[in-house]
Amino acid sequence: MTSPVHGSAGSHAAGTRTDDATATSSPRTGAPVLEVEDLRVEFRSRGPVVNAVNGVSYAIAPGETMAILGESGCGKSVSAQAIMGILDVPPAHITGAIRFEGRDMLQMGAEDQRKIRGPGVSMIFQDALSALNPVYSVGDQIGEMFRAHRGTSKKEAKDRAVELMDRVRIPAARQRVDDYPHQFSGGMRQRVMIAMALALDPKVLIADEPTTALDVTVQAQVMDLLKDLQRDTGMGLILITHDLGVVNEVADRVAVMYAGKVVETGTIDDVFTRPAHPYTRGLMSSIPVLDGKGQRLNPIVGAPPSLARIPPGCSFHPRCPMARRGDGGRPDCTSDVPPLREVAAGRRAACHYSEELLHG
Amino acid sequence: MGRYVARRLLLTIPVLIGASFLIFAMVYALPGDPIRALAGDRPLPAAVQAALRAEYNLDDPLLVQYGKYVLGLVQGDFGTDFSGRPVLQTISERLPVTATLTGVAIVFEIIIGIAAGVLAGLRRGSFFDNLVLVTTTLLVSIPVLVLGFVSQYVFGVRLGVVPVAGISEGLYSYLLPGLILAAISLAYVARLTRTSLADSLRADYVRTARAKGLDRRTVVVRHTLRNSLIPVVTFIGADIGSLLGGAIITESVFNIPGLGRAVFESVQRQEGAVVVGVITLLVFFFIFFNLVVDVLYAVLDPRIRYE
Repeated sequence: MTSPVHGSAGSHAAGTRTDDATATSSPRTGAPVLEVEDLRVEFRSRGPVVNAVNGVSYAIAPGETMAILGESGCGKSVSAQAIMGILDVPPAHITGAIRFEGRDMLQMGAEDQRKIRGPGVSMIFQDALSALNPVYSVGDQIGEMFRAHRGTSKKEAKDRAVELMDRVRIPAARQRVDDYPHQFSGGMRQRVMIAMALALDPKVLIADEPTTALDVTVQAQVMDLLKDLQRDTGMGLILITHDLGVVNEVADRVAVMYAGKVVETGTIDDVFTRPAHPYTRGLMSSIPVLDGKGQRLNPIVGAPPSLARIPPGCSFHPRCPMARRGDGGRPDCTSDVPPLREVAAGRRAACHYSEELLHG
Repeated sequence: MGRYVARRLLLTIPVLIGASFLIFAMVYALPGDPIRALAGDRPLPAAVQAALRAEYNLDDPLLVQYGKYVLGLVQGDFGTDFSGRPVLQTISERLPVTATLTGVAIVFEIIIGIAAGVLAGLRRGSFFDNLVLVTTTLLVSIPVLVLGFVSQYVFGVRLGVVPVAGISEGLYSYLLPGLILAAISLAYVARLTRTSLADSLRADYVRTARAKGLDRRTVVVRHTLRNSLIPVVTFIGADIGSLLGGAIITESVFNIPGLGRAVFESVQRQEGAVVVGVITLLVFFFIFFNLVVDVLYAVLDPRIRYE
């Protein structure tokens, strides 16, 4: 991969393999529990090859929250599903490395990989109603984690399920453990999902748009719950979202994705206040302002590219207000692919002209 | 649930009355004179004919005939056929035969249909999947009569592995007729299972099951099969009724003395009492199994509740 020259502010323990991932170190330093390196996912079926993920690298430390931010169809969910090992291979074709506690999951046998799901890495999904099996009670589905991974008896698994439902603050857990998913409200269902995902104390929790399907008030409750649970367990949290407000509230670091690539990473403060990539800047300025009544919204022009036809060079150049043809030996946005490079301390961006954005 | 079942059972009463009247009227409307047909070439003396007519109320208007029939039914009298045999006796003798035939057919339908559908659905696009698609298409497009006679000839006459007709060899003689009776339903079950399984495999909750680190067996059997078999089970339940109807053809082809053939022969002889009695019974079974399906549906899918 990239040369270790990039070495970063806080990396120490993971020094044996300094690479893209560890380079953007977290404020809460520590050996990363999960490292993703140059992850690529293609879908090859009939029709053109779809390049859903094109070289994504990041690392997550225990207790850290990283947000992955991007529009629909930027590859953020697919990359998460690749990490979970729940993509169908084929049609998916996955390359790169996904290291959980130093071991590359892509090199493991299917059985070893399966055993990490649950106790190692766990995932919650956007729509809890469709993500829970309609024909089994919630207690059964939560308890299944214990039965499948630890061989716990049915009765004990149910007791553990009640404990977990208490822990995610589902009222009257003992009475509701035999109820079915459709008998719960949206927020409660998402809590059931969370209870299920946290059953085996995973080291990393991937939350794929956990609050998108919920009412705003319920969204805040669920996010608070996730934060509290993370503080109690010290797990790493990967929060996939397109909701800038959610990111701002809970995440330590953010990785902005566009067309299957990470285009910018950094701390929330840095990225939100001084974006180093034109796409991030566009996202920030598209947020409606509270006192901006009567002003027109400021959307990014154009639409995200189809992942089957990603533009050459910088994939954002057709929509970028700063895109330029190379002249005088300067990089050409329409043909030169900008690498994800360190543009300031602890910040990385994939733009030829980040410095102009930051300093000019 | 109990109230729901009770209400549905009560509803069967008007349906049965309506059905039996319709069938009665249709037999009444059949052209020709059953008594004269009974006698054949040598006409019966007018006095005998008149006596028979009187005994079977054949000279009464339709409504009066039907009224007398229902009056008998209420007293447990299903009437007699023209040879004086009580209809109830015919039913009690022939019902077990048809029940066995239908039972064998359902077993084939479930075992072969679901197995083929599951294997095809799990390996979509494979050779086996295509084989199932072609075979089921053939099965539903060939008329049962053709299928019956051809299989009778091939397996019974040429290969001699099963009896050609009749039920003299016990359960064994029901194998081929049962398979033929099941053929079309079996094809539908295989197709339905295949599609339903493929749908379930794409469901979000199956993705969740995999994310939970469950092994493939658990993911497929516990989290996919059960859900995808719900529509299949309901189809099979509702299909029992049409199997009973299909038995009329199959029993005639394979010379099996069941209810179906009783109906077939009685229609030819215009024996109203037999036709109405047997068909009304079949209608009752049909309604009953539909009710069983609805109850089963609620048991299988907790989202369904009848209030």
